[in-house]
Amino acid sequence: MVQGPAAVAAPGRGRGRAVTALLLTPTSLWYLLLLLVPLAILIVFSFGERSPVGGYHPGLTLENYLRLPTRQAAFVNTLVLAVASTALCALLGYPLAYYLATRAGSRRTLLLILIALPFLTSFLIRTYAWFTILGANGIPAILGALGVSPRPVLLNTHFAILIGIVYNYLPLMVFPLYVSLERLDKRLLEASKDLGAGRWATFRQVTLPLSAPGLISGALLVFIPMMGEYIIPNMLGGGKVFFVGNALVDLFLQSRNWPFGSAAAIGLIMVVLITVSIYLFLTSRGRVQREVSQL
Amino acid sequence: MARSTALAPAPERRAAATAAAGARPPTDRATRVVGAVFRGHSALIYLFLYVPIALVILFSFNAGDFAGELRGLSLRWYGEAFGDRFVMKALQTSLIVAFASATLATAFGTIAALALQRVPPALRAVYDGLTYIAIVIPGIVIGIASLVFFVNAFDWFNPLVGSLWPGSLGEAPVLNLGIPTVIGAHVLFTMAIVIVLVRARLAGMDRTLVEASYDLFATPWRTFIQVTLPQLAPAMLAGYLLSFVFSFDEYVIASFVKGQDTTLPILVFSQIHRPPVTPKINAIGTVILTISLSALFIVQLIYRRQTRQARALAEAAAAAEA
Repeated sequence: MVQGPAAVAAPGRGRGRAVTALLLTPTSLWYLLLLLVPLAILIVFSFGERSPVGGYHPGLTLENYLRLPTRQAAFVNTLVLAVASTALCALLGYPLAYYLATRAGSRRTLLLILIALPFLTSFLIRTYAWFTILGANGIPAILGALGVSPRPVLLNTHFAILIGIVYNYLPLMVFPLYVSLERLDKRLLEASKDLGAGRWATFRQVTLPLSAPGLISGALLVFIPMMGEYIIPNMLGGGKVFFVGNALVDLFLQSRNWPFGSAAAIGLIMVVLITVSIYLFLTSRGRVQREVSQL
Repeated sequence: MARSTALAPAPERRAAATAAAGARPPTDRATRVVGAVFRGHSALIYLFLYVPIALVILFSFNAGDFAGELRGLSLRWYGEAFGDRFVMKALQTSLIVAFASATLATAFGTIAALALQRVPPALRAVYDGLTYIAIVIPGIVIGIASLVFFVNAFDWFNPLVGSLWPGSLGEAPVLNLGIPTVIGAHVLFTMAIVIVLVRARLAGMDRTLVEASYDLFATPWRTFIQVTLPQLAPAMLAGYLLSFVFSFDEYVIASFVKGQDTTLPILVFSQIHRPPVTPKINAIGTVILTISLSALFIVQLIYRRQTRQARALAEAAAAAEA
C-alpha cells in the first residue's frame, strides 16, 4: 500500500504532484468553502449584533452568549431526551446485537440487512408513520375502542419523541454493539464457566466489559445526530417540546437573528465536541483498539 | 438482559455447576428459556421496525379521506399525487438534486480517494479528519453553515459581477439560493461518504495487478482505466446510490438553502403540518420508499456479487498454490 503510490507517481515527480493536487481540488474546495469558512463565519457572527432588518451587523460583544440561557429549555430538553433515548436504545439494542452475534446462525447476514434497511430509507416518511400511529386515530383510538377512558394523548409528548428517536436511531446502536460482540473471544466465556461463574456473572464480568467499546461507540453514534435533531421534535412533539434544532431553525429562518443563532449553533457544536472528547477519553483509557478505528 | 436472567436464576446456577463439573454442555430448560427470550425480543424489534413502514404503505391504498382511517382500498390517492402539479414539480426537483449530488459526489470523492493515497501521511490525516467531521456534524449545522456561506458569497459576488458585466451582453446573471445550492450543500456530506467507501476499497485492493500492468509497460492512464477503475467500480456505484438515497430524501439541509425551490421532502413536511392530513402523503411516501429501496437493493446485489467474486478468486489462488 505504501510503496504502491510511489510507483503510480513514478513518471515525473513534479507532474505526479500536480496531478495529485488537481485530483484533490474539488474536495479541498468543498471542505474549505462549505465546512471551514462557514464555521469561521459562524464564530465571527456569534460575536456580532443583529442588524435591524435581520441578518448580521459587525460587532464585538459577548451578549449573544450571555443570552444563551434564555434558550436553556431547548438545550435541557435536547440533552435529557438524548440521554434517555440513548439509554433506551442500548437497553433494546444490546440483547438484539447479542442474539445476532451469537445465536442467529446462517440467517445473520439477512437479519443485519433488515436492521440497516429501514435506517437507509426515508427518515421523514418513517417519522410520519409514527405521526399517524400515535395520532388521535392511531393507538389512542384503538385503546378507546377497548374501553380505555379517557383516551390517552400520545402525540406531542416527550414519549412520542422518545419513540421516534429510538425507532430511527436504534440501528446506529445495534451495529457497533454487534461488531464488538461478534469479535468476542468465545474461549473467555468458556473459561468463565469453567471457573464456576453463572450466566449473569459471566455477562457482567466478561461479556459486558469486553463489549463496552461497542456500547460507547453506539451511544456516541446515537447521541451526536440526535443533538441536531429537528424533524422528530417538530413532527412528533408538535412544537411543544423544543429542541436546539428547532431553536436554530427559528433563529435563522424565522426571526433572522443570525448572531444569536450563531451563538446557539456554536453552543451545539461545543456540546457535541465535549461529548466526543469524553468518548475519546473513555476509550483511550480502556483497552480499545479496533472497534474505534473501525468506526 | 436483566429480563432474561431474572426469569431463570436457580436452574441457571445448576447449569453452571454441571458445566464446571465437566459434564456435557448445558442444554437444559434454563438455556432454552434464555434462547427463547432472546428470539422473542429480537422478533419484537423487527416488528417494531417494520410495522410502521407497512402501515404507511397499506394506508396509501386507502379509499377514505383521512390518513388515519382505512376505508376500503383504492389507487385514488396515487392518482391525486401524480395529478398534483406541485408534487410532480417537487419530485422532479428532488430527482435533479439527487442525480447531480450523487454524480458530483462520486466523481469528486473517487478522485480525492485516489489522490489521498499519494499524499504525505500528515496531510492525509487532515483530510481524513475533515471527512469525519463532514459525516458526523449534525445536518442542521451543515444547513446553517451552507446558508451563511452562500448568502455572504452571493452578497459579495453579485454586485461585483453586476459592476463588471458589459452592458452589451444584457442583464448580469444574479446568483441565488435554489437547486444548485441544495446540490452543493448535499455534496459536502455525500462526497465524504464516497471517500470513505472508495478508500476502504483501495485499502483492500490487490496491488500486484497494478504492478503487473506496469511490468507489461502499460501507461499510468491505461493502468487506471483497465485495472484500477474496474476494481473500484463496486465501491463507486455503492457510493453513488447511497448518495442518491441520502440526497433524495434529505430535509433539514435543503430547507435552509432551497431558496424558492421545493424538494419532495420539503413538500411532504409542509403538508403534514397542514391538516387534514390525507392518504396522499402516504402515496407520496410509498413512492419515496420505493425509489430508495430500489437503490438499496441494487447496492446489495452489487456487494453480493463482489464478495462472491472475491471468494472465487481466493479459492482459485489457493488451488493454484496447492
